[in-house]
Order: sequence, then structure tokens, then C-alpha cells
Amino acid sequence: MANITRKDIANHFLKIGVELDPVQALEYVNQIIDIISGKLRQGEDVLIFNFGKFAVRQKRARKGRNPRTGEEVIISPRKVVTFRPSPVFRSKINGNG
Amino acid sequence: MNKSDLIALISEKNNIPYRKAELIVESFFDFIVKTLQSGRRVELRGFGSFFTKSYKSYMGRNPNSGEKILVAPKKLPVFRAGRELKNLVDKK
Repeated sequence: MANITRKDIANHFLKIGVELDPVQALEYVNQIIDIISGKLRQGEDVLIFNFGKFAVRQKRARKGRNPRTGEEVIISPRKVVTFRPSPVFRSKINGNG
Repeated sequence: MNKSDLIALISEKNNIPYRKAELIVESFFDFIVKTLQSGRRVELRGFGSFFTKSYKSYMGRNPNSGEKILVAPKKLPVFRAGRELKNLVDKK
């Protein structure tokens, strides 16, 4: 089964009873994604009720290993995006509702 | 930022009623949930992907009583940030 892409979400927007053309629909998909990315870029959390929370976490430097050569390397401190699904999302995935 | 802030931003940016922006934003997230429910994966280029991960049952412990319990197999929704988002957030 093919993966769902931005375009598939845009096509879905055409079936939800709001007046939209395909170009606008894709524009809304892109805007939603850009707004979320922009907030994360600023270090702000994004909390979507009944879906989950995107957050930025600071990771400290740590020792790692190059899996190919076995060589020890220092992994530099970095910021990463995390996603914590809401309980509603989790239970929907497990077939409860 | 929460969901209503996001809806308000979409509404203002496009000069559309809040209610219309709300329908669009809600169905964005609903559609991702439905896709994962159907066993498919969502791939949003530049942003990241959503998919489910299956966990087998395992022996766990009740953290309060210390009692051993069998944890049922489960699936969890997972998000993995794409390269562009990773770079954007980690910009020095």
C-alpha cells in the first residue's frame, strides 16, 4: 500500500464539505506543516489536542560508535524534535474507537 | 502553540472564517490518525513521517506493588522528523 503524502491530504480536504480548489487545498497542507515547523524552530512546543505534542529537546554530547568501523566518536550536543502521541491517538491505533 | 492557535493563524493568514480553518486543521490530524489506523504510513516530505510500531507482549511489573503482570501486545503511533526539520530545529 502506498504511503500517504501531502497531496493525499490535500485531496482529502476536497471531500470535507468546505469550499476549496486543489491548489488551495495543497496550500493549506503546506501552511499547517510550515507553521508547526516554524514554532519548533523557535523552540516552542506544539500541542495538538487529541493528537499529540511535538517538542524540542536539548541532547547533551555523548560518546557513540561508528557502527561500520567500530571507531569511537563524540556525538555533538543537539536539539531534536520529539513527538508524544495523546492517549486518544494511542487507543485509536489499538482499535478502541 | 496549541490547536486553536494554529486554527487562528490559518484563519488570519487566509482571511477565512475560524470555523472553516477549524474544519481544515481538524481533518488534517484526523486523516493522519485514520491512515495509521488502516495500517498505512504518512510521509510528509521535509517534515517527517508518521507510522505505527508494534510491541509484543512482555512481563512487566506494577510499579506500585511490584507485582508481575503480563503487558498485552500493543501498537504505538510514532513520528520521525525528516532531515529538513531536523536541520531547522538544530540550527546553530
